[in-house]
Amino acid sequence: MAAYKLIGKDFLPPDVIGKVTGRAKFAEDFRAEGMVFAKLLRSPMPHGLVRRVDAAQALAMKGVLGILTAADLPKVTAPAEPILTSEPLYVGEPILAIAAVDETTAADALDRVKVELEPLPFVLDPLESLRPGGANARTEGNVAAPNLKLQTLKWSARDFTAVREGELPRGKPAEEWHYGDIEAGFRQADLVIEESFITQALAHHAMEPRSALAYWQGGKLFLHGSTQSLAFSIPPLTRILGIEPANLHYVSENTGGGFGSKAAAYTQMAIPAFFAKKLGRPVMLRVSREEEHDFGRSRPGFQGWVKLGFRKDGRLLAADLYIVQSGGPYGAVNDFRNAGRHVSLVYQPLAMRWRGMPVLTNTPPRSAQRSPGETQTSIAMDPVIDKAARKLGLDRVAIRHINAPRSDGTIGPKREPLTSSFLPEALELGAAQFDWAAKQALSGKRTGSKVTGLGVGIGYHAAGNSGFDGLVLIRPDGKLYIHAGAGNLGTYSYAATARAAAEALGMPWERCEIVYGGTGRHVPWTCIQAGSNTTFTITRTNHVAAMDARRKLQEIAAREVGGEPAAFEVGGGRVFLKAEPAKGLAFAEAAQRAIALGGKYSGQELPKDLNPMTARSAAALAGQGLMGVAKDTLPRNGVIPGFCAGYALVEVDVETGQVEIKEYLGVADCGTVIHPKNLGNQILGGAVQGFGMALLEKHVYDPKYGIPATRGLATSKPPTYLDVPVNMRWAAVGKPDPQNPVGAKGAGEPPEGAAAAAVLCAISDALGGAHFGRSPLTCDIVLNAVEGRPQPFKPLDTNI
Amino acid sequence: MAARDMMPAFELLQPATVEDALALLKRRDKDGWVLAGGMDSLDWFKDRIKRPKAVVELGRIGALRGIRARGADLEIGAMTTLTEVERDATLRERYGLLAQAARRVATPQIRNRGTLGGNVCQDARCWYYRAGLPCYRAGGNTCYADTPTAINREHCLFEADRCVAVSPSDTAPALIALDARFVVRHAGGEKEVPAEEFFIGPKTDITRMTILQPGDLLTAIRLPAAWANAKSYFEKAADRNAWDFPLVNVAAAMKIEGGTIRQARIAVGGVAPRPLRLKAVEESLLGEQPGKEAAEVAAKAAVWGARPLNHNQYKIPLLANLVKRAVRSMA
Repeated sequence: MAAYKLIGKDFLPPDVIGKVTGRAKFAEDFRAEGMVFAKLLRSPMPHGLVRRVDAAQALAMKGVLGILTAADLPKVTAPAEPILTSEPLYVGEPILAIAAVDETTAADALDRVKVELEPLPFVLDPLESLRPGGANARTEGNVAAPNLKLQTLKWSARDFTAVREGELPRGKPAEEWHYGDIEAGFRQADLVIEESFITQALAHHAMEPRSALAYWQGGKLFLHGSTQSLAFSIPPLTRILGIEPANLHYVSENTGGGFGSKAAAYTQMAIPAFFAKKLGRPVMLRVSREEEHDFGRSRPGFQGWVKLGFRKDGRLLAADLYIVQSGGPYGAVNDFRNAGRHVSLVYQPLAMRWRGMPVLTNTPPRSAQRSPGETQTSIAMDPVIDKAARKLGLDRVAIRHINAPRSDGTIGPKREPLTSSFLPEALELGAAQFDWAAKQALSGKRTGSKVTGLGVGIGYHAAGNSGFDGLVLIRPDGKLYIHAGAGNLGTYSYAATARAAAEALGMPWERCEIVYGGTGRHVPWTCIQAGSNTTFTITRTNHVAAMDARRKLQEIAAREVGGEPAAFEVGGGRVFLKAEPAKGLAFAEAAQRAIALGGKYSGQELPKDLNPMTARSAAALAGQGLMGVAKDTLPRNGVIPGFCAGYALVEVDVETGQVEIKEYLGVADCGTVIHPKNLGNQILGGAVQGFGMALLEKHVYDPKYGIPATRGLATSKPPTYLDVPVNMRWAAVGKPDPQNPVGAKGAGEPPEGAAAAAVLCAISDALGGAHFGRSPLTCDIVLNAVEGRPQPFKPLDTNI
Repeated sequence: MAARDMMPAFELLQPATVEDALALLKRRDKDGWVLAGGMDSLDWFKDRIKRPKAVVELGRIGALRGIRARGADLEIGAMTTLTEVERDATLRERYGLLAQAARRVATPQIRNRGTLGGNVCQDARCWYYRAGLPCYRAGGNTCYADTPTAINREHCLFEADRCVAVSPSDTAPALIALDARFVVRHAGGEKEVPAEEFFIGPKTDITRMTILQPGDLLTAIRLPAAWANAKSYFEKAADRNAWDFPLVNVAAAMKIEGGTIRQARIAVGGVAPRPLRLKAVEESLLGEQPGKEAAEVAAKAAVWGARPLNHNQYKIPLLANLVKRAVRSMA
């Protein structure tokens, strides 16, 4: 392994102090001269049609400045999400906004707006929408997904009656794929098992709600928002706003989390933007916790079925998977597709079929949430794998290990290659550090009312991309400025990836500055800050930009000192002759020379393959120093898998149904570890989110009225400090991915599914292998099972 | 729906004495609202569902705070914070049951603001009611939580009467088990009522959780010397270990002599619209050894007459098991 000076070492990201002291500014901390406040009128019903709006009384109030409705805004084509709607498709969907000099006045004004709404049929449970004659979530149809047109699909009565009670009906899917011969696989199998399952939909609960401030100046929109990405948010945002990217000045210095819900852009940011244009004044929209819960996105739930055929040594010969997805009203999620890819990768079945049905529901709009689709699949699959292990008499880690992909593993129906997989090593390391073998003696052991259980789970997400741009500048002050187009969503990967540039130039970290926080900072075109993409992708772009700077430093040094560029080395803030290190130039001098030379050296001439955003940023910085700028054209072949193996020990109180997680270990396969402290935060933070999914959090609706019972942190119940174990540890395999210059892969997404699955498996283990096929396992469900009481719902019932 | 999370304006009155507070409450009558720590009230205000014209805030009345001896008894001012109740040395030593119950309320931040008086006076937490729906309790003519498909996992097993909400307080069962007295003052005078009579069900008045009428003020809670240093047990079963209301909680105090239960008081929350004293259980224990057998009998007696709704059947074994544990713990 390469000897790194910075990679693999802890450091303090530049925004940390502001967050600890409170000086960090989030979107709602900004003010603008003449700023007014907007408040939203939201739908009280899950589906309706606005017949009439009478705002006369509201608009006549002192301090009220105006109203914004769907009529003021660009029309969108279904199933796209409108900014404001006249056909609300879920409770809490924004119908109109009122602006006033302060929020109290705006709220009082909303009380005086009369909206006549005609209730329309609604759907909370996807299977109900698939029944013959079942309601559609939208007037235009009931099935849609990205690249799958909005349409109406129903199953027949026979489809529903062909299965046992509690088994997922399996009518014609909207999509399917297969490879190999699954029927032959099932025939050859020593064990065939099938299970239906359901996973919950749940909110993202980012700590910072999606507030935004907007104003227009000189034809340009100045927007303070809360997004995960920075550069990558600009194209979708400008599409929503109908303006050119060059006319958007976007500020997002700090974002209080997103977990996928603020990945790039979202429609609510456009409300203050359009309102500010209409009023000619800056408009602030502060989003409340309840509003964030209503429209701040959620993870789609699954209703599914899986059939697995195993050889007696545990090898998976055939897998057949069916996923019905609760897609919310806009269906903009790929989770159901990711489920199939997850199974094809994590268990490498020799033959597989996947079928999917993305159904629309009158529930909050969905978006990706930490391992979208894969976390649900971990939750659904791991307990079934455990069941198979028990039937085959195999160790539960061993059955995962025999199926886990090695680096020559493949994914999906086209059996695409992987850049690397060290999942077997992660399972091994976890088993060793958790003392899995010795702990087996504790399985099912009862002390008083508490029974111990052990579980292991696997989380996965495709963790990287390529083809984006890097931009660095060495200024005459001798410092290296690393321009970061990644957003600062709280994971600090924007900072960790910047270290790849410093490492490539041998630059001491105290002489590096990360330039980030807004389009005004001249950032390069950068991948989406979501889906564990940043680490792999942006270490590559920062590396190529730094290598471009390195070449230019060598060329300038050769000019000044004489000799071939290749004879020069770079390090410690100097470029110097390898043979005679005293001869050379400090970066400060090299930067001066670059400015004097101009052309490519100072960014006056740019590579032709840059993205227009990078070209604009580079042009704005041209002439200010020695510029390293390049598109990442490094070779890449295959999907970049990030993995996490989770190990949990729980105690189930058989008198109360309560589950206490006593011990947790997460082990990542994320290639080279670039920032250990932060990796630990991701593995354990993701685990806490996974605990919530396993035990607590869900969307709940009254089936009759379609209104949500869960509307914020108090009722949705994410885990608190007292709900997570003191004994939480993490580790990483640390084997480099060969297709990344520093060997790194993404890490943030897989820990959630690993932890959730490990906890669910541990509960089953404590209860002698009891299979639930459901998440979350709240204490009432566990207690009913322990007491042998029937559950008050059917196996595939949603939202209870 | 209208805006939420935005408090409408009201007249804020901050009297410095109990007498002034009572005079203000009398004058404002039904327009007045008593504000203690605000942990319940502010939710209602911010949700714009309860909109009092005048709010009488008690924070400046020093006489309402503090824990003091009153003869052999102990008196706790109604405005004493839950943190103070949880940490007070005398209370912990003599009435550990209440300190334990207070410690299980919500979160440290909420306990720093929330008061003992507020905790026992808080309104029902039924999510339909809190959503602002016009249910019976809110003055309407239906119960949303008691339909064939309603989401009522957290609702009641006993004493449903047009309303199936439960008492959400953690301290209330402890106060009943300790035979506490609630001091209620109004412009006309003062009365002391036993804890269990302070709480009322929908059968008595569906719009209130306690006997307090407009103009009344809970000023103090008195713990009798008779139950000091009794053997006690408190347990709260909730989804989370913090920031959660009880699914079921149990508080028990017993006097045991020579291995035999001579006196027992057991109360539970989360199972009826008011905190429920389990008299049949208490009776079953008198003269018994607090062992496994007595626990089994007590558990069965605890759930007599339980009438579960769709989603709360699990509360039957949960209640039975918590009572069982309470009895077992006395051994």
